Amino acid sequence: MRTRTIRWAALAAAAGLSLAACSGGTDSDPDAGSSVDPGSFPAGSTMARLAEAGEITVGTKFDQPLFGLQGPDGKPVGFDVSIATIIAGELGIAPGDITWIETVSANREPFIQDGRVDIVVATYTINDSRKEVVDFAGPYYEAGQALMVRADDDSITTPEDLSGKKVCSVDGSTPAKNIQDNYPEAELVTFAAYTDCLDPLRNGQVDAVTTDNVILAGYVAESPDDFKVVGEPFTAEPYGIGLAKGDDEFRGWINDVLEAIEADGRWTAAWEDTAGTVLPTPEPPAVDRY
Amino acid sequence: MDSVIEALPVYLDGFRLTLYLAAISGALSLVLGTVLAAFRVSPLRSLRLIGTLVVEVGRNTPLTLVFIFFVFILPGIGIILPLGTLPAIIALTVYTSAFVCEAVRSGINSVGIGQAEAARAIGLGSVQTLTLVVLPQALRTVVPPLINVLIALTKNTSVAAGFAVVELTATGRGLARDYPADVIWMLLGVAFFYLVITIPAGAIAGSIERRVVFSR
Amino acid sequence: MSKSVLYDEPGPKTLRLERNASIAVGALIAVGLVFVIIGMAGRGLFDDRWLVFTDPPKGQTAGDVWGSLGRGLRATLTAAAVAAPVAFALAFLLAILRTSGSRWVSRPVTWLIEFLRGMPVLLMMFFGLLAFGLSAFAAVAFGLILYNSAIMAEILRAGLAALPKGQVEAGTALGLTRWQTMRLIQLPQVVRLMLPSLISQLVVLLKDSSLGFIVGYPELLRTMQLNYSFFGDKYRFPLFVVVLIIYLAVNITLTRVAILVERRLGARGQSGRVATTALPPEAEPEPLGRA
Repeated sequence: MRTRTIRWAALAAAAGLSLAACSGGTDSDPDAGSSVDPGSFPAGSTMARLAEAGEITVGTKFDQPLFGLQGPDGKPVGFDVSIATIIAGELGIAPGDITWIETVSANREPFIQDGRVDIVVATYTINDSRKEVVDFAGPYYEAGQALMVRADDDSITTPEDLSGKKVCSVDGSTPAKNIQDNYPEAELVTFAAYTDCLDPLRNGQVDAVTTDNVILAGYVAESPDDFKVVGEPFTAEPYGIGLAKGDDEFRGWINDVLEAIEADGRWTAAWEDTAGTVLPTPEPPAVDRY
Repeated sequence: MDSVIEALPVYLDGFRLTLYLAAISGALSLVLGTVLAAFRVSPLRSLRLIGTLVVEVGRNTPLTLVFIFFVFILPGIGIILPLGTLPAIIALTVYTSAFVCEAVRSGINSVGIGQAEAARAIGLGSVQTLTLVVLPQALRTVVPPLINVLIALTKNTSVAAGFAVVELTATGRGLARDYPADVIWMLLGVAFFYLVITIPAGAIAGSIERRVVFSR
Repeated sequence: MSKSVLYDEPGPKTLRLERNASIAVGALIAVGLVFVIIGMAGRGLFDDRWLVFTDPPKGQTAGDVWGSLGRGLRATLTAAAVAAPVAFALAFLLAILRTSGSRWVSRPVTWLIEFLRGMPVLLMMFFGLLAFGLSAFAAVAFGLILYNSAIMAEILRAGLAALPKGQVEAGTALGLTRWQTMRLIQLPQVVRLMLPSLISQLVVLLKDSSLGFIVGYPELLRTMQLNYSFFGDKYRFPLFVVVLIIYLAVNITLTRVAILVERRLGARGQSGRVATTALPPEAEPEPLGRA
């Protein structure tokens, strides 16, 4: 209990620090938020428009552990949030000038299409059907679907073992669809949020929880006595940054930023401050400039 | 539009489950709600108390909280129900009964006082007064609001989508994921299937109502 | 009320039965409570998870937690306070149009009402958000207004149907126009007659604002979900209890206020079994609109 408290305190402090550190284009200058010259971007580009306005609207999830969680104080925290904050910083936008909008799975595409958000950083898996309506920069992280079971349960190690078992996921999510399509012998149980799967797993009402490995790792970190993640991830879920379809200039620019921060260590710092508190630091994936 | 037609079989599965939930919970809550209404006008104070308690809690709590109670809080105190339709039916029934009770009670209040006085004057007891004289007449004012309650129930089954039941709304959410270019069409498809239940229900209510009014 | 009409004053036999029944019910509830509390304690529901309200983990303060719940409650109340009066006014309009003598008016209005009350509120909010480009708040209000105006219109119409025909005939005999009869004679009685149903509907409206989470409107219930997503699922129970209490307190207060209003309205028209004195027009919708 005590170590957990300390860890969370450290996490919160680190998140606060990283937010402060990301506020400028350079790490050393806390006021650098305004130092980016809008004129340095091509005239008429999305970057110039955002830099000129000094504001950006970012869609993210508010209920994904380690990636995007909104605390009671109203500030979202997590790896997605840090990445978005860095990108905004590169446009000369201070963290305080970012408007965070909660995007749920069903409204990410419409929000981008309507221009209600400038970018979406929301554990947003890049796939072809989504590419029909929006464009993706990145990936900035590659997750994979995995399984979490009760700590004392050794009967499930691969998705093939799910036959006849109850597996819990979120209604309308990609992991749920994958189980439905590829492992039809498993009995799929869906709730509104992954948090809702935890008690049923403890109570034995379901036998496994499935979603991206990073999210599961967060739950295991909170309840190491109750849960464990088994086996290897069995899908690839590249997380991308969603933006308006056809804005190739903006997409190219975000890809440049991602490559730059992967090279100069800011990507790693952002990871270690957020998801890295419970997960090992991975190699950043190569940006896909399709 | 084409994708809606393509997804028709999937819709139908969800639609069937929605109908099932609505029918079972509807029947159960009509019975439970009428019993509660009888409780609330009964001469026994303890019965009135129970009736009032269930109704007050039921109609002042958002349905989602009722669901959370039966799905997550009850297991927390050791009562573990199998996930799926059973807790959904219980939650919907308890919640809807409160509204059925209030509709029936409104109807009882709308019956002229003289009717109950006359029934008592010819020596009927309170149960007989209620079942033979007051309730049959109350039906007149009660049918339209009751149909409203049942229509609301049909749509309320959508809350079960968040609690391990893949009914119409959950189906729609999955389809919106599978066809991101047609989100609005997919939602319109869901709306269509709800209207398939609710508009005929409204029409039936209308015709029953006209018949009852004429037989006055 | 019909309370004293349906049965006689309890005699000694009934009183004895009642006492026994009360004891039995009381005992049953007590046993149930003990069982529940033991079950809860056994599963750690009384451990340090309640500290979330005084000394929460993860670098948050108690003020943050209560502040977020307060903002959630305010969002819930704002949505209801904006939607309720508009829905009520629209309901009057729909009810009057639907009962209008002309088929050309009543038919389309009937269809409109059927359509509105048949659509899930949740979907209406979604359409408001996606198809009409409304903000999250406007989308919530949009859904609540459309749906509840249809329901309230039906409640008012049922009340109109239940009024004795003589009321309208008397109005006509006095030389009142249709509209005057409606406004001065029918509606005041209908509002009082259907007040319990209307109040229930207001509470439903307040609770339905909780569907706003689907369009990203951060009302009370969504705030609760975000809080336990943030702190961890073991905090669901204390947050559930507190949010339940907040909802019950707000809604029961609303109902009580409305009952006081009902009594006041009832007292004014007590001259006859069915009121014959018309209320001043401003006394009709105003008390409910306040909710």
